[in-house]
Amino acid sequence: MTSSVILSAVTFIYGFAGFLYIFAWVFKKPAAGKMATGVAIFGLAGNAAGIGMRWVESYQLGFGHAPLSNLYESLVFFAGCITLIYLVIERRYANQVIGAFSAPLACLTMAYASLSPNISDRIQPLIPALKSNWLIAHVVTCFIGYGAFAVAFGVSLMYLFKQSEPDAASGMIGRLPTLEALDELTHQLIVFGFLFLCVGIITGAVWANSAWGRYWGWDPKETWSLITWFVYATLLHARMTRGWRGRRIAYLSIIGFAAVMFTYFGVNLLPGLHSYQAMSK
Amino acid sequence: MTSPGKDHVPRMTAQPASGGITDALWKLFASIKLTLVLLLSLAVTSIIGTLIPQNAEPAAYVAAYGEPLFRFFWVLGLFDMYHSWWFQVLIILLCANVVVCSVDRISSNRKILLVRRPHFQAARFSNLPDRAGFEDARPPAALQALYAPYFSRKARAVQVEPSADGFRMFGENGRWTRFGVYTVHLSVVLLLVGGLIGSLFGFDGYVSVPEGDTVQQITLRNSGERLRLPFAIRCDDFSVSFYETGAPKEFRSSLSILENGQPVLQKDIIVNDPLRYRGISIFQSSYGSLPSDEAVLSFTSRSTGLVYSRQARVGAEIPLPENLGTFRLRELRHDAQFRGHPVGDAFIGTLTPPGGAPEEIVLPVRFPTFDRMRRGEVAIAVDEFKERHYTGLQVNQDPGVEVVYVGFVLMILGCYVTFFMSHQQVCIEVERKGARTQVTVSGTANKNKAAVERRIRRLAGALAGLK
Ligand code: HEM
Repeated sequence: MTSSVILSAVTFIYGFAGFLYIFAWVFKKPAAGKMATGVAIFGLAGNAAGIGMRWVESYQLGFGHAPLSNLYESLVFFAGCITLIYLVIERRYANQVIGAFSAPLACLTMAYASLSPNISDRIQPLIPALKSNWLIAHVVTCFIGYGAFAVAFGVSLMYLFKQSEPDAASGMIGRLPTLEALDELTHQLIVFGFLFLCVGIITGAVWANSAWGRYWGWDPKETWSLITWFVYATLLHARMTRGWRGRRIAYLSIIGFAAVMFTYFGVNLLPGLHSYQAMSK
Repeated sequence: MTSPGKDHVPRMTAQPASGGITDALWKLFASIKLTLVLLLSLAVTSIIGTLIPQNAEPAAYVAAYGEPLFRFFWVLGLFDMYHSWWFQVLIILLCANVVVCSVDRISSNRKILLVRRPHFQAARFSNLPDRAGFEDARPPAALQALYAPYFSRKARAVQVEPSADGFRMFGENGRWTRFGVYTVHLSVVLLLVGGLIGSLFGFDGYVSVPEGDTVQQITLRNSGERLRLPFAIRCDDFSVSFYETGAPKEFRSSLSILENGQPVLQKDIIVNDPLRYRGISIFQSSYGSLPSDEAVLSFTSRSTGLVYSRQARVGAEIPLPENLGTFRLRELRHDAQFRGHPVGDAFIGTLTPPGGAPEEIVLPVRFPTFDRMRRGEVAIAVDEFKERHYTGLQVNQDPGVEVVYVGFVLMILGCYVTFFMSHQQVCIEVERKGARTQVTVSGTANKNKAAVERRIRRLAGALAGLK
């Protein structure tokens, strides 16, 4: 069995966990919820095992490197981060509703990695610029941060959902945590994510400096990570010093996550070097 | 004023009200509203520079946007947006904002930040939600003798105050963590100062060095001007290796640094492992091949069948044996064509037979028998030629990097302290109630309330266990 087989299976395990979380939430079935946690943990174990095996396989191919070097590998790692962060929260707050969001998100991430025709799951050797330990520190910290922002995004959506009927005592909305709890959780996740975003940008800058002699070059990816950083810094200041709570924080958290997604995927759509060459003809 | 729970101290400006304008400016820059506006403006305007490719040729912009739009963008500096005056102004405003705001806060909160012996008020602890308690048979005086040394080890600024039926003991931890946020703000300033130092006193250039050559001048990236380095760089060798897939594996340049013509340092550089000398860093950034100017050619005489090997240089004429005439190597052409067919790398030369007209000869490197098809008196082939590489080096000096790196470290430490640590105050209240003594531990913190709760429970457990 190779890592890609395991990782494809993980896609379905996450999907099944998501189904169980949603089922438990909609129909108030605690047994399904318990099972969902077990399935999610199993999926995470498979996710970790898949990454580990890919690492070993890359050595067997003769150019061993940490499996964090291309879009496929980063997506797989991202899905693991989302699930791990969610499971920690589930344990700490004894509430499973967020799983109805995060497990499907992890499943989608894995599905995109495995199924998109534009993403190759081949293990490729590292090009010279990527041969740096800073790369590993950079990718790991960025994606832990992105994972926290992703879960915060889900919690913010729930906040807005809950707000439509804050006094509901039962039903899907009633089973959501209180508005205060959702707001507090969003904040904690963002604080955690912000620290990792800082470390991620900084390790990226140090790496760029060791490879190209400049720590900052305003290339679109760098700039978008900075835009993301500005958005979350705004959120932290608004909450901390101007007392913003609730809906406005939820909106900022959603905007912040949109910026994260754009940093991650959207930058490739921008008129970069490639379309510029077309333009100058 | 010393309670950690209270964050919003009444605002006073740190500056004496010296007068209208300075005062108003100080207030403006001390305001967080300005911060929010600036952060969001920077976020939104930064997007523009990612939508418009930066620093391209004007002609390309005109082609893409048309003349009128091009002029408009040009005036706004959108083609080098992050160095445009208005973007720099936004950054300077943010920097002033963070400095003024922090100074203002530190001075108006100095009673909280810098106090040596905090004053604890019992009333503030009496109805806190976070509390844990237990009963003990021993009288308060006995407990005080037990608790005081223990608590003094666990907390700072410990104070005891007698009460009607016992005593209260106060202590605190982590007052210094209140400086975490100012550390973050300082780090932002250091990043900007470091960047400024780099752009004022550093340079960023590039140079191509053919194997075997020595250079001392580089081209600056933003102005295109030439700069003479205080030493010379010689490229002794360049090599590139590939994976089986064809993807490049390693670019390696063997460089020597020469001072007054004498080599003083020798190092192989690869991507991610530069050479640093006298504050100047040399990075491997690209490579390419040069037209080769030397080849070993073989000449096969048709009449005798003898093969003669000759070293040929581009431009030099060589006399051929057996009175076959002369041959001159003219150039190495990449992607050469022969009667419309691509033949890859090929040397082009001129063969002049004795008394005949000069004839152009194409010698594809990959097909040594190619020239036999011409059926001339002599068939020529390329036996050997060494491709010459040049290495593309990025050469720069950035005296601001250290400052920026200090900023990086402070930002991470400051964020950690701000987010995950807090200033906590604890009160242990001991009261005689009939035959038993009631011990209550309560506490408060400026943030991270969950941590205080845990701490109180642990402290109560530890006190209950003291013998
Ligand atoms: C890009 C720049 C900035 C960064 C990265 C930054 C970062 C931070 C962080 C991480 C916090 C802690 C928030 C929390 O605990 O949730 C904070 C708080 C704060 N920031 Fe900033 N900040 C920046 C710019 C500014 C500026 C320009 C001002 C100027 C007015 C400012 C004023 C404050 C204030 C007053 C606080 C609250 C401090 C307190 O607890 O009393 N910040 N900042």
